[in-house]
Amino acid sequence: MLYREAGQFKTTYEADQAMFPIAQDRIGVLVILAIALVIPLAASDFVIASIMIPFLIFALATIGLNILTGYAGQLSLGTGAFMGVGAYACYKLTTIFPDVNIVILVLISGLFSAGIGIVFGLPSLRIKGLYLAVTTLAAQFFLEWCFIRIPWLYNYNNSGAIEVPERTGFGGFVLAGPASPPITRYYVVLGIVIVMTLLVKNIIRGRIGRTWMMIRDMDIAAELIGVRPLAAKLSAFAVSSYICGVAGAMLVFFWLGAAEPSAFAITLSFQILFMAILGGLGSLIGCFFGAAFIWVLPVLLRTGLPSIGIEIGAETVEHVSRMIVGALIIFFLIVEPHGLARLWQILKEKLRVWPFPYA
Amino acid sequence: MEFLYNLLIDPFVQMVELPDFFLQVLWEGFVSGVLYALIALGFVLIFKASGVFNFAQGIMVVFAALSLVGLYALGMPAYIALIATIAIMGILAVAVQKTIFHHLVNQPDIILLMATIGLTYFLIGFGEFVFGGDPKVMITEELGLPTGSTAFDVLGGLVILQHIDIAAAVIAIIMVTALAIFFNKTRIGRALRAVADDHQAALSVGISLDQIWIIVWFAAGIVALATGIMWGARSDVSFALEIIAFKALPVLILGGFTSIPGAIVGGLIIGIGEKIGEIYWGPLVGGGIESWLAYVIALIFLLFRPQGLFGEKIIERV
Repeated sequence: MLYREAGQFKTTYEADQAMFPIAQDRIGVLVILAIALVIPLAASDFVIASIMIPFLIFALATIGLNILTGYAGQLSLGTGAFMGVGAYACYKLTTIFPDVNIVILVLISGLFSAGIGIVFGLPSLRIKGLYLAVTTLAAQFFLEWCFIRIPWLYNYNNSGAIEVPERTGFGGFVLAGPASPPITRYYVVLGIVIVMTLLVKNIIRGRIGRTWMMIRDMDIAAELIGVRPLAAKLSAFAVSSYICGVAGAMLVFFWLGAAEPSAFAITLSFQILFMAILGGLGSLIGCFFGAAFIWVLPVLLRTGLPSIGIEIGAETVEHVSRMIVGALIIFFLIVEPHGLARLWQILKEKLRVWPFPYA
Repeated sequence: MEFLYNLLIDPFVQMVELPDFFLQVLWEGFVSGVLYALIALGFVLIFKASGVFNFAQGIMVVFAALSLVGLYALGMPAYIALIATIAIMGILAVAVQKTIFHHLVNQPDIILLMATIGLTYFLIGFGEFVFGGDPKVMITEELGLPTGSTAFDVLGGLVILQHIDIAAAVIAIIMVTALAIFFNKTRIGRALRAVADDHQAALSVGISLDQIWIIVWFAAGIVALATGIMWGARSDVSFALEIIAFKALPVLILGGFTSIPGAIVGGLIIGIGEKIGEIYWGPLVGGGIESWLAYVIALIFLLFRPQGLFGEKIIERV
């Protein structure tokens, strides 16, 4: 009985189909947004630069993967490479057009990733399930090889890495590059993530999202009632890769500052997949939960374990935190196989009728 | 035009001109194919019986090899260490079944896959915690495995065969035969196939799922140990070996997830195809294509047979 939505009557279709039809949800979202906006005032640069920014970027990448795997049901192990395409595209774009605002270039670079995604999505029309993993793995390893072997992509640098040049915009703010303050980058990332999340939320509620879910639930049945698998699957690959590409470009331009091809290796793909599955496949809020769990928890363990008196070497902390993360993944899967988003839903149900077990 | 010549004709000319070198490449490909097949075999065993896509197979290989080397370093004689490692893999099988998969019966594939990834994380952390992160040398000689090499005169040239590679091939053949007999002729093997066919039906005739799954995990553990020894003898034993699990994936997909012959044929196709591609076609595009060629080969096969070479035909109903 902490909150209940009794008495909230909808009198128009618009109100009934709103993104957040329940008043408490609207308040909750606004509170979270307000917290996200004021966090930089309270938090140190370390927290912003190495927890908040990567958390938001990973959450966005997870949303990208979740569209493909959670909503359209196509397993993908190539997220890291699609993110890499975005990053390298953005790097080339900003080399060619140094005067264009970097945020616009980041958003454009996703289009390249989407194109590559469509190409590697083509086999999904014939290959299904776990077998599809080989397509995206081929994409992963092939694209990674391209990042190493095509020197044009990294402007023939001797290091073979891409380094972010300094870019200003929005009236003199240093948006990217070594001199850029974490707070500026945080707000840029936050803005992009919010816009993208709203966009995805609405795509998913609409016709396109519904055809994706139909394909996921049973593709033959969906085809029989008039969903075109070609359009549905390829659009899922395109949108998913677009968002992953944007996330990848942000990863380099607003967080890492410089990246080698190994930054987009298969470990990144798996990390994003963990976030998607652990957060909850087919749930947007789950993406944020998953990203928080997989990214923030090890950081907390690394900094937290020594501070509560367990004095051990840095390497051992690394190992122990791996063990704990592994054990927690298994624990959460056993407790709730549908991810943290489902746990959150159960919690909300309980709070609704609290203190009574049933209502 | 010249590119087309290099792509379509030149590699074959090279093959014919230097037949001994070609044989050597074939042999190298065959050996890595055997090792891929061994890893894939571990995957297939578990997938067949429980539908779990065991991502942890790669790390189990590392873990088994590290245990063996670690126990030997503690002063155990090599053979005792081998037996003790087998016992450790047995304990691991029981622990995995009792703590994880017992609770996840009848969950979707992707959740089971995820659980094995969690297990991978845990084992990496645990292994590094216990054995340390630095590479170790496999105790090849102490286990009585041959180490030398023999050169044969073939077709006017020399083909060099490492003894350890021959041993790997022989051991792989023995293991596959033993597993085939175990699956087809024994009581447990029949129960295993029953579980693979239909969990509920198997339960209803009194087959214990827990027991069967512990047996398959144990068998996969032993396969992992054999793989670890063979692979460790060719390079060092370190966590870098973990990436061979990714190599097993195209092998599995090519052969079909449920077929033991598929794992072997798939392993050989990938192993040989990869080596030949790298040596004869790799220089055209700057080399290093070994990293993705396996997946492309698997992909091409899949476009014609979406269920893999030996997989059961996919019948879809609405």
